[in-house]
Amino acid sequence: MYEIVAREELAPVTKLLEIRAPAVARKAQAGQFVIVRVHEEGERIPLTIADYDRERGTITLVFQEVGKTTMHLGTKQVGECLASFTGPLGLPSEIERYGTVLCVGGGVGIAPIYPIARALREAGNTVLSIIGARSKDLLFWEEKMRAVSDELIVCTDDGSYGRKALVTIPLKEMLEGGRSIDRIWAIGPAIMMKFCALTTQPFGVPLIVSLNSIMVDGTGMCGACRVEVGGQTRFVCVDGPEFDGHQVDWDQLLARQRIYLEQEKQALELWQHGHACGH
Amino acid sequence: MSETKSISQQERVKIPRQKMPTQEASVRVRNFNEVALGYPEETAMREAARCLQCKRPKCVEGCPVEVDIPAFIERLREADLPGAVQSLKKDNNLPAICGRVCPQETQCEALCVLGKKGEPVAIGRLERYVADWDLTHPSPPPELPPPSGKKVAVIGSGPAGLTCAGDLARYGHQVTIFESLHAPGGVLIYGIPEFRLPKHIVHAEVNYVRSLGVEIRLNEVIGKTYTLDELLNEQGYDAIFLGTGAGLPMFMHIPGENYNGVYSANEFLTRVNLMKAYLFPNWDTPVKVGRKVAVVGAGNVAMDASRCALRLGADEVHIVYRRSREEVPARAEEVHHAEEEGIIFDFLTNPVEIYGDEKGWVRGMRCIRMKLGEPDASGRRRPLPIENSEFDMDVDMVIMALGTRPNPLVFADSGGLERTRHGTVVADERTGRTTKDRVWAGGDIVTGAATVISAMGAGKRAAADIDRFLRGEEAPVSRAEAAIRAGAS
Ligand SMILES: Cc1cc2nc3c(=O)[nH]c(=O)nc-3n(C[C@H](O)[C@H](O)[C@H](O)COP(=O)(O)OP(=O)(O)OC[C@H]3O[C@@H](n4cnc5c(N)ncnc54)[C@H](O)[C@@H]3O)c2cc1C
Ligand code: SF4
Ligand code: FES
Repeated sequence: MYEIVAREELAPVTKLLEIRAPAVARKAQAGQFVIVRVHEEGERIPLTIADYDRERGTITLVFQEVGKTTMHLGTKQVGECLASFTGPLGLPSEIERYGTVLCVGGGVGIAPIYPIARALREAGNTVLSIIGARSKDLLFWEEKMRAVSDELIVCTDDGSYGRKALVTIPLKEMLEGGRSIDRIWAIGPAIMMKFCALTTQPFGVPLIVSLNSIMVDGTGMCGACRVEVGGQTRFVCVDGPEFDGHQVDWDQLLARQRIYLEQEKQALELWQHGHACGH
Repeated sequence: MSETKSISQQERVKIPRQKMPTQEASVRVRNFNEVALGYPEETAMREAARCLQCKRPKCVEGCPVEVDIPAFIERLREADLPGAVQSLKKDNNLPAICGRVCPQETQCEALCVLGKKGEPVAIGRLERYVADWDLTHPSPPPELPPPSGKKVAVIGSGPAGLTCAGDLARYGHQVTIFESLHAPGGVLIYGIPEFRLPKHIVHAEVNYVRSLGVEIRLNEVIGKTYTLDELLNEQGYDAIFLGTGAGLPMFMHIPGENYNGVYSANEFLTRVNLMKAYLFPNWDTPVKVGRKVAVVGAGNVAMDASRCALRLGADEVHIVYRRSREEVPARAEEVHHAEEEGIIFDFLTNPVEIYGDEKGWVRGMRCIRMKLGEPDASGRRRPLPIENSEFDMDVDMVIMALGTRPNPLVFADSGGLERTRHGTVVADERTGRTTKDRVWAGGDIVTGAATVISAMGAGKRAAADIDRFLRGEEAPVSRAEAAIRAGAS
């Protein structure tokens, strides 16, 4: 069941796992996600599909170890299995021939932007890409992104690699430079996507974002993932995860992402304590 | 026994309805263990002795699957428990569950002749007694007929799906259940709490269905992982039964509903029951523990949510309901238990807005008082707001238990399934046939949120019809014909 067939450390806290799930790989498309449970007592967390291989029957996930569940997931080695793996969920990215598209990936968001950029390229678009991270050691997949982009800008917040800038700076310059861009995708932390929305708003270029809300079932049955888009409540798991970035109520999303902050801290402490004691 | 057998009708009538032993309210509000403890043998026998063994038993008419109630009670009276189990299970595949969760007071017990003058026979409690005996005295699995070579896909593992799958396996067909969650059982697992329906009972029923050779594929979402058309045309299934329930939560669409601390009952109950948030941090899934909680609605779902909130440690839990006590749709026993536990009922009250603080958390709820007007389409008196009667409730958590609808996900990329404007699937009531060839449906997906027993009955009827179809006894009804039939019923 859901065996890990490959594992890579992309950065000290960023891990890649390739998981055998032929039924999911068969149908997976760029933009979709899976719900993962690491162990029997585990919670259900959504992770966006970073890549899929229909022949091998595998799905690739990339995640940052930010809490108990992702840390636990990060300890999983090749040959070990996950308790459950459900998908592909959510609607796929709308891949069409738009003309020139811009793909922005921030931090761990570089992983999900990759299959979208690739699909857009295959559909005949000119693909411009910007990827960024806090620092050099958090950056990954530069070469993969370069291979599917006509142009690639790399930046880090602290300037330890590439350009010293937040992704919104080159984004703004590109738009101001009068380049005709037909559509933009931005994936990363909610706060980054919010600022991409604010940056692009005045230029009237459509912006697609992939929302990372808290989920339980991932199939529309609970409403944990709900967020207002264009004044209407939408369920991210079935109506998204991609939405018009200019319509999202970012502050609501950011607040809803913090619902379990305290419990997450408690769970993490317990986990770290358990590990310090060598369990 | 012999003494109870030989007693006269008058003496039977004199025996009072036997009380169900329960955990003390003050103790049980601090745990998730079962509230109702079940009859001890002696009590069960005394209760069984009350039944008059009517020639034309009214109780049976009240049972959606027409369990031969006097027959199983008679066997019980004779201390023939295997016999009692057998007559019960002939019509009801899930008696240990139904004995605990059926609304007996509106079904069999509502019609029991003893109820006219006094109190009806406690049929549900006797059913539970017999079924629990069965769980601890397992019988060998039934012999299966030779394989028919036909494959059926059952979508959803709630009471409708489990029953349909079990019966189809006993008819000799190869059955696969596809379940989107990581645990089988449907609402029995994710919705109804442990203290009302211990999960080991659901596991036992699921294991029984597995012992019949049914394969259960978890974590596969039909409409996503596979579509219905793929199952029929690529995966080699001869027929499909849809038992995906009505799992889509409804909200009120009032301002403030997305503040942190507002839950759908589905989310709250799934976190608590399926994900075992009451065992956090030993289990990983968290849930908010409210200080003062309002649960909107008064069905079984609302009762379960309110009692879970209390057990998690809330100081005060209110049921906020826009109609009056008379209209409360929950099982009588649950309302009674909720009141014993200290749940506060605010009748004729309806929320109009939820307030939040600057961090996005609920800090209060504005409500309006209601009065009852003329009866509406449902036959119940319509609740009407009383002008200028708004008031604020100081709450930090709100749970919406307003009902649910079928999840449309299962229909993705598969045409031909007619649905009503409520999102339910159009199906023949007697056979479960839908407007799509080789597809049957039953349970909440057809009726909208209803009961375990009605879902079970629909699964049973569909299994019989699917079997007829697979044996070639009857050609599948055309879409048009099925629609006409369903429309006429
Ligand atoms: C909290 C609560 C308390 C209740 N209390 C009572 C009570 O006391 N008495 C009573 O009689 N009734 C009660 N009910 C109602 C009763 O539980 C339902 O009527 C009954 O479970 C319906 O059975 P079902 O098989 O149709 O669907 P469900 O039990 O809803 O099962 C459907 C299953 O299908 C799965 N599924 C859904 N979509 C897909 C898909 N696309 N692919 C694969 N699988 C899918 C779901 O995950 C679920 O497991 C209660 C309901 C709730 C929510
Ligand atoms: S109606 Fe009541 S008394 Fe008569 S058979 Fe049924 S349970 Fe017994
Ligand atoms: S995660 Fe439950 S509805 Fe979206």
